[in-house]
This record gives sequence, structure tokens and C-alpha cells, in this order.
Amino acid sequence: MMYGVPGMVAQRLMQLVPVMIVATFVVFSLVYMMPGDPAMMIAGDYATAERIAEIRQIYGFDRPMLVQYFFWLGNALQGDLGHSLFSNESVLRLILSRLPHTVLLVLYALVLGAALGIPLGILAATRQGTTLDKIITSVASLGVAVPNFWLGIILVTLFSLGYRWFPATGAVSVFEKPLESLYYATLPAVALSTGVVAVLARQVRSALLEVLGSQYIRTLRAKGLGSGAILWKHGLRNVAATMLTIAGLQVNRLFSSAVIIEAVFAIPGVGNLISYSALNKDFPVVQGVALVLVLVVILTNLLVDVLNATFDPRVAAST
Amino acid sequence: MTDTNMTAMTQTAAAPAARATLPPPVRFRFWAWLWADKRALVSLAYLSVLVLAAIFAPVIAPYAPNKQNLMDLLAPPSGAHWLGTDDLGRDTLSRLIYGSYNALYAASLAVGIGVAIGVPLGVFIGFVGGWVDQVGSRIIDGVLAFPPLVLAVAVTGALGIGLTNAMIAVGFAFAPVLARTMRAQTLVVKNALYVEAATGFGASRLHLILRHILPNAIQPVIVEVTLMLAVALLAEAGLSFLSLGVQPPESSWGGMLARAYHYVEVAPEQMYAPGFAILFTALAFNTLGESIRVLLDPTIKRR
Repeated sequence: MMYGVPGMVAQRLMQLVPVMIVATFVVFSLVYMMPGDPAMMIAGDYATAERIAEIRQIYGFDRPMLVQYFFWLGNALQGDLGHSLFSNESVLRLILSRLPHTVLLVLYALVLGAALGIPLGILAATRQGTTLDKIITSVASLGVAVPNFWLGIILVTLFSLGYRWFPATGAVSVFEKPLESLYYATLPAVALSTGVVAVLARQVRSALLEVLGSQYIRTLRAKGLGSGAILWKHGLRNVAATMLTIAGLQVNRLFSSAVIIEAVFAIPGVGNLISYSALNKDFPVVQGVALVLVLVVILTNLLVDVLNATFDPRVAAST
Repeated sequence: MTDTNMTAMTQTAAAPAARATLPPPVRFRFWAWLWADKRALVSLAYLSVLVLAAIFAPVIAPYAPNKQNLMDLLAPPSGAHWLGTDDLGRDTLSRLIYGSYNALYAASLAVGIGVAIGVPLGVFIGFVGGWVDQVGSRIIDGVLAFPPLVLAVAVTGALGIGLTNAMIAVGFAFAPVLARTMRAQTLVVKNALYVEAATGFGASRLHLILRHILPNAIQPVIVEVTLMLAVALLAEAGLSFLSLGVQPPESSWGGMLARAYHYVEVAPEQMYAPGFAILFTALAFNTLGESIRVLLDPTIKRR
């Protein structure tokens, strides 16, 4: 039995195995949700009998479902996610070439969301009940309800078509021109970040209020500790884990919203790839993107757990 | 088992004496609550108007939603067209009103499917416990790991594009969220004394679940469902924007935004009405959900 952070990581990895099995099975079984003969559906209306037979063979539709699953999983584990039905490109290569755009966008939005949401939450909590607090909580309600892609359209109209400060659409590779890629990703990241800002502001506010109202803070206050020291040394340290956990959960949502934001800004990321492929029934690509994104999310959650355990020994000890 | 039966029996034997001292049940006064909670009042009023608009769209819409006037393309707001016309010369206000039907239908369908799968699943695994709970919880975790809209796009791609399929897909993504809540609640409730008492009286499992566990465990789900209506609405708008949801020429707010975006340089004012419709409706569902949360759990203070 291992203890501490390594022990916790080992245990989390063990717990991840069944989750991974379910997630991969869901991705695999997408093909079976298609009405009628999946091979014919994938091949399209005008496919020849040979093409249908070929697809049936690629997918192995003639074998029992569980056998197919393990066959498919084995291939996926070796990096073989099949080929696009249209361009015949390797699905993995297709995804890897587009993933950086999406990851940049999601990280950028996450950073923006944290940079705005956390201070707003602190501000609202330390000035509870004031007009400022009410404004912040109201804006947070708007931030959850606003459709990101609509906000994206408005930003394009204002800042690209109107003031011409930012490019309206497109993206630049982060590896070739890092600064320019950030410039291109700014408007989409702002549009994407509203939900994160709102959720973080709300959660940080309520978590901080709870900590600040607790017994030991009252004791510290009674002993004459200034409110600044209380907030920075005791309050925030105790909500740090909450912030991290919530930020981690937001990654899941950000990948969701990125699917639509990438369409608005014509960013060639995996979000655009999956919606385009779903419209055109390019099934291996749809499955590939879903698989890669679910793995990214699962690993992000693992990372958050590890970070929490590193910062707070109690978390590691409690598992 | 006999042990718990025995305790249940002794406790129920003492019950009649206790019953006499119990205060009368508090009746929930809907109108008084609504009057006291102005945000809930405004949200509910807005949503009622929206439902009426959706039902009576053919009566109140000034034009037929697909009637084209090719002499009047992308017209600005005017007396004849209050919100202007789109790129095919169709009246924006009329399409907005007809779109409310699709928006509400979509939100209810997605949430309905989420409830139909998630609630029974959550109660079942929570009630049975043991390895069933273990397996069920891992399945829930596995589906929850997907970014919801990515799963919805993938499932829509498989089922075939269109509003109903897209919303089945969204409901599929909602189900594990509700199942998780329902499971946790069931675990709490199933150990309550009244459940134990009913078991002692020989109540069947079905009776236990339907009469005792479900009514007492459902409260957080009611809140979650209201908030989910907003999420579903945003998902419908997004999927229709991507043309995976509502198919033309039928009108949907998301689809209207997609067309407006196409012509944003010519007629920028076309993108406001559908966007605000989505925003206000999502806001109304969220506000109502928060109000119900406060109503059901008096220990949390509002904001």
C-alpha cells in the first residue's frame, strides 16, 4: 500500500479504468445507434455494393459486438482510429493536426475566465450585500444564460467588422507564430469564457463566504488579525481547492461550447471537425474526435486531483 | 433483516402517541410564494407568455413563417415588419414566434428523455446497492466524462440530423447527471426511519420506491430539471446553428442566428432578436430554478 501523492495517483488510475472502458464503449457503440444497416448508412445513398462490403469489413460488422469492441479498442490503443471516409486521411493524424487550435482556445478561455471570475468572486464575497456584490451576481447570472456563439457574433460585428481591431475568422498555428495565434484566438476565447467567469465568480463567492463565516476565522478576527491577512492567508488558501476543482470541471464545458464557437470563427479545430463530420456522416472521424476529447477530459480531471493532493496533504491522506 | 424488522415494529408501535402532537402539515401556498419572490414571478410570467406564443403562433404571428417577400429582403424594422425581414424576405417577428415552439419543444424533449432514463436508473442503483450500484455508478461516470455537446453532436450524427434526434442526443447527455443526483438522494432516503417502518409493515419494493423514496428524493431533481431546461435550450440553439438541429425552412432561434450571421455585414440588426430570445428564456429558466432551490431548501439564503 502506497501513501501520499503517488499512492493517490495509483488509486485514481485504478478508478479510471472502468470509466475509460465505459467511455470507449460509448464511442464504439455510436455506430450501432444508426438506424438500419450501419454499413449502408456510412457508405451513403449512392454507394456501390463493393463499397458497402468494404465498409462492413473495415468495421467488422459481421462479427459479434463485443468482439468488434475489443478489436476496435485494440486498434485505437495502437493509435489506429481508422481513416476518413471522404479524404481517406488517417483519423488520428487529422485530429492531431487540429487539436492544438482547440486546446489553445480552451486554455485561453480558461485563463481569461479565471483571471476575471476569481477576483470578481473575491470582490463580491468581501463586499457581501453591497451594490457591487449585487451587480457581480447579476452579471454572473447573465454569463451563464448568454449563448456563447451569439456573443461571438456580436464581438465579430463590433471588433472585427466595426473597429477592425481583431481578425473576424480563422486561426494561426500556435507552433509557427505563437503571438499571432493568441491574437487570432482572442475574440473566440472571450466569447467562450463567459460561462467560466460566471461560474467561478459565483462559486468562489459562496465558498469564500462560507470560510469567512467559520469559527476559526472568527477566532482569528477576535485575536485582532486584520481583514487583509485573514483573506489572503486563511480565506483564499481554503478556497484554492474549490477553485481548482471548479476550473477543472469547466474544461468539460469549454470543449462543448468550443464546438459552436469554432464554427462562428471558422477555426479549424476538432470542434469544427466533429460537427462537419457529423453533418457528412464521416463516422470514423466523429468517433475519433469524441474518443480523443473524452480522454483529454478524463486526464484533466486526474491532473486536478493530483494538484489538489499536492497542495493539500489531507486530500491525499483521505483516499 | 429480522433485527431491522423488530426495531421498525417497536418504533411504529409508539407512533400513534406521537401522531397526536404533530403540527398540521403546512400547505404550500403557490400564489403567496410567487408574490413574495418577484424574480420567480417575472420568470414564470415570461415563460407563460412564451408558451402561449408557441401554442397560438398561427393566430398571433403577423405573417406565415415561410412566406417570402422577395421585394423586401433583409429589410430593417418597419411598421409592416416590426423586426425586419431575413435574407429570403420572411418576417423576423413571425419566425421568432414560431421558433418559440421549437425551442420549448426541444427543451422539454431533451429534459424529458434525461428524466425518463436518469431518474429510474438512479433510484434503481441507489435502492439495490451492492455491485449493481458499483457498475451503475461507473457507467454514469463514463458517460459524464464526455463534453455534453460533443456527445450530442456525435449521437446526432449517428441517429441522423434533425431536431428530435438532436434533442434525444442531448437528453442522453443529461441522463447521467440526473441519475447521479437521484442515486445520492435515494441512498440518503432509503435509510430513513419511515422507509424502515414501511419495510416492517411488509411493503413491497415497488411500493417503497413509488410511495416513500421517490417523493422524498425528487426535490433536488426538480431544481436540476428547471436549470437543465436552460441548458437544453442553449444546446438546441447551438445545434440548430450548426444545422444539426432544426432543419430549414422550419424556424428556430439558433437557425435564425446562423442566417443572420451570414448577412451580418448587410443587416447587422437581424442578429439581435433571436439572440435576446435565447438569452431571456435561458435566464428565466435559471432564475426559476434558483427560486425553487431556495423554496425547497430554506437553509440556503438567496445570493
